[in-house]
Amino acid sequence: MTVHKGRGFACINYPIGMNLGGDPSQALVHSTPDGKFMVSLSAIDLGQGMKSVTRQIAAETLGVPVADVYVDTADSDTGPHDMGSFASRGTHRVGNAVIRAAAEARAAMMEAAAEELEVNPADLDTDGEGNIHVKGAPGRSITVADTAIAAQFKQGKTLSGRGIFLIPTSEVDADTGEMTPVSCFAHAAVVVDLEVDDETGEVTVSEVNSAYEVGRALNPKMVEQQLIGGAWMGISHALYETTEPYYPNRSHGPQDYNTYLMPGPGDVVPHHIAVLERPAEDAPFGGKGPGEMCANPLLPAVANAIYNAVGVRCDTLPITPEKVLRGIQANGGAQPREMF
Amino acid sequence: MSSIEFRKDLFADERDDTLKEIGKPTIRQDILGHVTGRSPYFDDHLFDGLLHMRCVRSPHHHARIRSIDTSAADRMPGVRRVIRPEDVPNNLNTLLSLINFGKDDEALLQGKKVAYVGEPVVAIIAETERQARDAVAVVRVDYEVLPHVLDVEEALEPNAPVVSETYPNNTFDYHDLYDHQKLRFGDVDKGFAEADHIVEGRYQMSPIEQAPTETCGAIAAPETNNRFVCYTSTQALFFSLGTTAKLLNMPSSQLHFIGGTVGGGFGGKVDSLHEPLAVLGSKLTGAPVKFTFDRAEEMQVGAPRGAERWFIKDGVMNDGRIVARQFTGFFDSGAYTRLSSYAIIKGTGHLPGPYSIPNVASNVYCVYTNRTPATAMRGFGITGVDFSIECHMDKVAETVRMNPIELRILNSYRDGDMKAHRRLAKNTALIECCQVAAGKAKWPISADAAAQSSLQGGGGDRAIIPETVTDQAGRIGERRRSKIPTAPGEGATSKGRVAAGSSVAPIVAVPPQRDDMVIDPSRTGHRKAGAGPAVPPVQATPQAPPRYTPPTPAAPVQTIPSYTPPPAAPVVQPSQPAPAVQPPAPEPYQPSEPFQKGIKRPGVSRFISGTRRR
Repeated sequence: MTVHKGRGFACINYPIGMNLGGDPSQALVHSTPDGKFMVSLSAIDLGQGMKSVTRQIAAETLGVPVADVYVDTADSDTGPHDMGSFASRGTHRVGNAVIRAAAEARAAMMEAAAEELEVNPADLDTDGEGNIHVKGAPGRSITVADTAIAAQFKQGKTLSGRGIFLIPTSEVDADTGEMTPVSCFAHAAVVVDLEVDDETGEVTVSEVNSAYEVGRALNPKMVEQQLIGGAWMGISHALYETTEPYYPNRSHGPQDYNTYLMPGPGDVVPHHIAVLERPAEDAPFGGKGPGEMCANPLLPAVANAIYNAVGVRCDTLPITPEKVLRGIQANGGAQPREMF
Repeated sequence: MSSIEFRKDLFADERDDTLKEIGKPTIRQDILGHVTGRSPYFDDHLFDGLLHMRCVRSPHHHARIRSIDTSAADRMPGVRRVIRPEDVPNNLNTLLSLINFGKDDEALLQGKKVAYVGEPVVAIIAETERQARDAVAVVRVDYEVLPHVLDVEEALEPNAPVVSETYPNNTFDYHDLYDHQKLRFGDVDKGFAEADHIVEGRYQMSPIEQAPTETCGAIAAPETNNRFVCYTSTQALFFSLGTTAKLLNMPSSQLHFIGGTVGGGFGGKVDSLHEPLAVLGSKLTGAPVKFTFDRAEEMQVGAPRGAERWFIKDGVMNDGRIVARQFTGFFDSGAYTRLSSYAIIKGTGHLPGPYSIPNVASNVYCVYTNRTPATAMRGFGITGVDFSIECHMDKVAETVRMNPIELRILNSYRDGDMKAHRRLAKNTALIECCQVAAGKAKWPISADAAAQSSLQGGGGDRAIIPETVTDQAGRIGERRRSKIPTAPGEGATSKGRVAAGSSVAPIVAVPPQRDDMVIDPSRTGHRKAGAGPAVPPVQATPQAPPRYTPPTPAAPVQTIPSYTPPPAAPVVQPSQPAPAVQPPAPEPYQPSEPFQKGIKRPGVSRFISGTRRR
């Protein structure tokens, strides 16, 4: 038995947002009586952090601390329309809607503060810590809380905003396929190092090095979680997962996690990530959605590394030990490939 | 141990990194609930007298239903209601009808002909799940088993069994014209003729389960005023609400959907199979009804990532330049459309991958087979073709004996390049990702490859839309009459030509409806686009031909409308005698310590009671 080391590369780009367009999202922002802000949405938090990202976007746009913003989402009686959390559209579409709603609420807030301070609203700025001050004169200031109280109990004004973001439906040409498919692209490149046992056909991924370009890491911790988890899913797709192991034959379909194979938490491989940020012009603060694309480059990189290790091209997923072993036998033994 | 670094040095001149909340590792507002097991998911909503729903499902790949006998189930203990196909008010739908794409092809409960193993036929509501399962077991469905087809290419044979009567050719109808989606850019045959090498490959994905921890489900209950509340695991609240309203022929105002905290989705919770049946069950029984997949159903009846089969043919020069690339793709949609038709459009717009290739052609088919319908999953429409493209790139690299990373950098798209779907590339960063990943892995690349940049070398000749060869092969129904080839251009009786430079205006986002909704350009985090109100948006691609104008962000608000105090004069109603003296206006209420009571938890408004978010 010999264990062969292999190394594979792959790079991808990924379209952000629902491809055909026509998928609006709305947001509402309003101030509570003491200057906290509620963001009302219908977006779904699948664990990807929808609530966190929209909360940060609202706080940044309003110019208030994130602790003073709460996101209330997914009650159809109170949250305005949103198409849903799919197609890497959440951050882009909902985030832009939240910017618009929060910008309108900020404009109302600045007008109310200007009335209290008896200045022009254009001369005011926020410090991000709950205060509104005259530009260049931080001493002349009013808190956001006092502004909200004055607006609602003295001036009779709401500090609220509405936002919608829509990319209209793109026609697709039947003959050429011409279309405006998406608004921006995320990018990634990965190098996978692995070992293949030529007696069992078993593949063990040992290390991943990657670069992911995400526009802007709106929340770097959540980006890290997505990239590590997504890359794990990509490896799992490449080597383990399927509901139909003998596709297109439907037999032997797994019905539980004993037969539907996935690597466990102990199999998470060391993954060294570099995050690149090239902001997209129409994305909220430049941020693209890293959630979907992070798995994609792992599948071909694993396949390419297996070929590099033992000379077996597995063009059918998942790359089970059976397929690797049959490939090695068909080639008359492992044939490690030259690295150019 | 894993590690992460943020390469702030790259593209630094395009970013403003002085934002206050964006870019911070802010903890999730709901994380304490998640890690202490207190966050309410749909299944945590408890109701007195909750009823449980289970479905009778097809054991056959393909069979006509002669009759359904539920009389024994009706008499089973605990059974409160048996729902038959004719009980569904509007029993035909396709998910994307919400954006007017495709024909209604799928019943909520199938009463005529089942087209996959597991297709629901009858739903039974009982007092316990056990009773519902027992009642399911005694329903007698008389099936006439029909021939079935499971392979996408066999399904395109002229004599293949018809999976869905809505699409009798076993393919989705694109644009009322073709049985596939075409992409044509330049002339691939000319490219192949010029090439030094032809590299071909066939790639096959298999179906994959989204595998969420929480299986798909919903609980519906009657509210007052003839409304229904529905707690759901959906990924798309209004998608599910709209689908329910359509299938049940109900005004959407009668539906109150609550969700938002989901135990894993990955694309498998868009299909809206549970909400309509739960609401219907609640309507028919007047009681709360829960309908969920068990794990086996989640894995075999719940829609997976569909299998895709891709054929790629490249024309490559000795120096590694790819001069022509052709795709033939087959998406296995299963028995119904769900979202596969849309994924093909998305995949087509993605071709030929992140590379600038002067001649590209593609035919992609949405094929119906007698298996569980496919649906979205992380990377939908892209994951399969990316696997194919990137395996193929390594085959090309081996053919021309080239470092695979250098091959990608050589062919990479750059700012200002024309993409095959006739839009200019912008904001690209593939080359930098290749360079950084190679550096991290210590995989050496040439000095020339290391010096390349996404910002340079694009545009110019690479921005031109070439004269394009078209064909009209594969019209709807043609393949049913006689076997014709599936690859682009093959089997065409004549070829057409679209002039060079042909394109229509790109679609851009609708601008904000009011100036107040525009964020101050100096606060957007973009250094180029938002340097100041006086600076026009910087053209991202100076090399681009003049007719290209990148979608400009909405006009920046240059001046906030000047402040005008509210009118002071009281409005006098002429019909009423004006009082001689205005009574002094009461002092507006101004609490000194307003609303300071209530719960004080980080991130929770004090005005929310402690119970509402329990």
